[in-house]
Amino acid sequence: MSLTPDEVAHVAMLARLGLDEEETARLAVELGAILEHISKLNQVDTSQVAETAQVGGLVNVWREDEDRPPLGQRAALANAPDSDGRYFRVGQIQEQ
Amino acid sequence: MSEREERIGVAPPETVAECVAALRTGTVTAAELLERSRARIAALDPEVNAFLGRTDELADRAAAAADRHLAEDPATAPPLCGVPVALKDVLCLEGWETTAGSRILRGFRPPYTATAVQRLLDAGAVVVGKANCDEFAMGSSNENSAHGPVRNPWDLGRVPGGSSGGSAAAVAARMVPLSLGTDTGGSIRQPAALCGVVGFKPTYGRVSRYGLIAFASSLDQVGPLALTVEDAALGYLLVAGHDPADGTSSPTAVEDPLPGLREGVEGLRLGVPREYFGVGLDPGVRAAVEQALDVLRSLGATLEEVSLPTTDAALSTYYIIAPAEASSNLARYDGVRFGLREGRGSLLQTYLRTRDAGFGPEVKRRIMLGTYALSSGYYDAYYRKAQKVRTLISEEFAHVFERVDAIVCPTSPVTAFPLGTRSDPLSMYLLDVLTVPVNLAGLPGVSVPCGMVGGLPAGLQVVAPRFMDARALRIAHAYEQATEWHTLRPGVEAAAT
Repeated sequence: MSLTPDEVAHVAMLARLGLDEEETARLAVELGAILEHISKLNQVDTSQVAETAQVGGLVNVWREDEDRPPLGQRAALANAPDSDGRYFRVGQIQEQ
Repeated sequence: MSEREERIGVAPPETVAECVAALRTGTVTAAELLERSRARIAALDPEVNAFLGRTDELADRAAAAADRHLAEDPATAPPLCGVPVALKDVLCLEGWETTAGSRILRGFRPPYTATAVQRLLDAGAVVVGKANCDEFAMGSSNENSAHGPVRNPWDLGRVPGGSSGGSAAAVAARMVPLSLGTDTGGSIRQPAALCGVVGFKPTYGRVSRYGLIAFASSLDQVGPLALTVEDAALGYLLVAGHDPADGTSSPTAVEDPLPGLREGVEGLRLGVPREYFGVGLDPGVRAAVEQALDVLRSLGATLEEVSLPTTDAALSTYYIIAPAEASSNLARYDGVRFGLREGRGSLLQTYLRTRDAGFGPEVKRRIMLGTYALSSGYYDAYYRKAQKVRTLISEEFAHVFERVDAIVCPTSPVTAFPLGTRSDPLSMYLLDVLTVPVNLAGLPGVSVPCGMVGGLPAGLQVVAPRFMDARALRIAHAYEQATEWHTLRPGVEAAAT
């Protein structure tokens, strides 16, 4: 089993990974091999089994809705690659 | 002088318990312990590469504060007052570079501290630095770190295991007596086994994940690595407990593992899952573990074979669920709010270029695998199917725990292997086969040294029912105290003397 380069490119775009041709070709083979191994799952009968949502056993975790000190603008922006001191600055979002 | 002191010539306290005792009686100061830790790091770490960054200023201040407290009123000193520790670099420490072993987070200084870390700091621990790890904790050899691999203190040509390889190697090489790691599919227990130290993954929800850089949130758990089970139990006790900042942390009371640690295994029923001794298990590791089972039997435990039939599918289940969660968790590395930014022009180009340049091959592989498994048309066949098999795995453990008090088995099917010998991703994934079921079911598991195979350590894994963390530690302690594996010292020692 191997993915096609187009399939890899499609998934890479969903994941916002700008892969080059060499990476795309390599991942097509590697992911194919991994998926083939994983297909072992289909041998397990799960017709009468519910999905696990979580293993913590907790249900409806609530907290009081109360004011707390926020992180603050300066701290929130401290690690930004680009900001104007008030906002994160990014490139163009919409096509012109 | 004890036997150990005579053997090594000088008599530095090494375990947490020894450090605490020496600090309280005043035979050593926190500043001296810190200096010793730094001397070990200076001598050994150029080769071992266990540390990514040192937190010298923080450590100096913590050691000075500890010494003041110990001088003024040792009786009220907190439990780890003056004890040096290391933190896996996926744990946030406010103001100190935290990279998760990734290029994409180079230079990131978290605005807050992880709860588990804060609890160690509150206990008086002296944080000496951030430990190397596989990028975003994804790996079983520590070769996926963007900052170079960690080398095994027992053989510098071999891997320390992963992903908490730096945390394990730092303890094995006696750079620090205690470290924190994280375990998503074996990342505490497996490197502990390969480095000949103790590693404990608590029950899911027992330790807060707040401030832990997320890999797979339904599996991730923080835990200690140490030279002895007693030290690991203390480290666990100090970081465990409910945290309102982590909605998945359990509000149930933490059972203190220390009072019952010495109660032994007499009368306990231990299950030996036959599926954990199958193909792929190194014959030397098998022999070591079988001898360990004999030791437990001689200590009064009853051993019986049990079956966990879905074990064979656990690895596949894990390698769908963990990458799926990772692909979602790692979406936050977008070049906007923190970390690396690459690419000019549109925001889309920033995303594509930043993530291509910032993530290493294994992280990309898992993001791709997870995205594929969650994508339209494949979700049912992969993700939903895996979550159903996960239910079966949990149920099988629960069923077995109706008959036995705990499960004992190998931690890793192999000992430490030479660097660069498992370049095929699938061959690396297969190493996690004996540890991932424990994470899928949310159980506590501890690895304790159980023998030497060709000069390399092997590990015995003890797995207990949910929230029976104290029982897992008690069994591991009984075994450890009946053997001397945990007292052996790695070969890298020669380089330090």
